[in-house]
Amino acid sequence: MSSWTSLSEFAAMGGYGLFVWGSLGMCAACMALELLWLRGRRQALLNEAQLQAGLHAGMGGQS
Amino acid sequence: MNSIFYFAAPQRFYPLAGRLIPGLWLAAALLGVFGLYLGLVRAPVDAQQGQAYRIIFVHVPAAWMSMLIYLAMAGWAGVGLVFNSRLASMMACALAPTGAIMTFLALWTGALWGKPTWGTWWVWDARLTSELVLLFLYVGFMALHGAIEDVRRADRAAGLLALVGVVNVPIIYFSVKWWNTLHQGASISPSGVSMATPMLVGMLVMTLAFWAYCIAAALMRVRFIILAREQHTGWVQKTLEAP
Repeated sequence: MSSWTSLSEFAAMGGYGLFVWGSLGMCAACMALELLWLRGRRQALLNEAQLQAGLHAGMGGQS
Repeated sequence: MNSIFYFAAPQRFYPLAGRLIPGLWLAAALLGVFGLYLGLVRAPVDAQQGQAYRIIFVHVPAAWMSMLIYLAMAGWAGVGLVFNSRLASMMACALAPTGAIMTFLALWTGALWGKPTWGTWWVWDARLTSELVLLFLYVGFMALHGAIEDVRRADRAAGLLALVGVVNVPIIYFSVKWWNTLHQGASISPSGVSMATPMLVGMLVMTLAFWAYCIAAALMRVRFIILAREQHTGWVQKTLEAP
C-alpha cells in the first residue's frame, strides 16, 4: 500500500520535488561528507603513526 | 557507579567506543531506510501542505538533535570543568561539529520548507533566529577551542562558552509559545500529539536514525581526539602500532 501510483509522481512530490529532495539530498550529502571526513582522519592518524613507528624501528614507514 | 569512573579513563573508553560504533552505523542505516520508507511512501499526503510537508521527516529530527547535542555538549563541558576530567572535555569537542551540522540541516531544510509554505526562505522570527544563534554558538565553541594552543585551557574557555550558551536552548524550544512566530507550534508536546499516526511513527523512526548517526559520528570523532591528545602515552603508541 502506498500513496503513489508511479515513480515519476513520486519524484515530482506533487510539484514540491525541488524542496523535498533538496532537503533530503542535503542531509544525505552532509552525513556522507562527515563520514568520509571521519574515515579520512582515521587513516591519516594511522598512516602517521605507522610512519613514526617505522622511523623508530629504523626500517622506514609504509609507503 | 564504579563502571562510570572505570570508563572515564581515555585508554578504557577508546576500545569501548570502538566496539559500539559498527552497531550504531548499522542501526542508523536500517532505521534511516525504514523511516524514509514510512515517511515518503507509506505516510499519506498532508491536507494543507501537500507533499511539501514530507520535509518534516528530516527537519524535525535534525532540529531536535541540534538542541539535544548542544545540551550534551554543554553537559560534558560542565563535567570537564567541575571534575577536571579530560575525557569529558574531549566528548564536548567531539559533539560540536556534529551538532553544528545538525543545526545547519535544521536551518537548510527549514528554508526549503518555508519557501513553499510561507512564501519565504527566511524570516527573522524568534524560532529561526534562536536556531541561527545556536549555529553561531557551535561555531564559536570550535573556533575558541581551536584558537587556544594549550588544550586544557582551551577546554576551560570553550567549556565556559558552551555553558553560557545553554540559555539559548530553552529559548529555541519555547520560542513558538513565548512569541507569535511564523513557525508553527510544537507537533508533540505534553498536552498531546497533533499529527496523524503514520506521520508520527515515520518521524520518530527517523529521529532514532539521527540519534544513532550522531552518536556514531561523535564516538568516531572522540576516538581521534583521544589518540591525538594522548599521543605521548604508551597505550596510544601501542594501539597505533598494532592496527
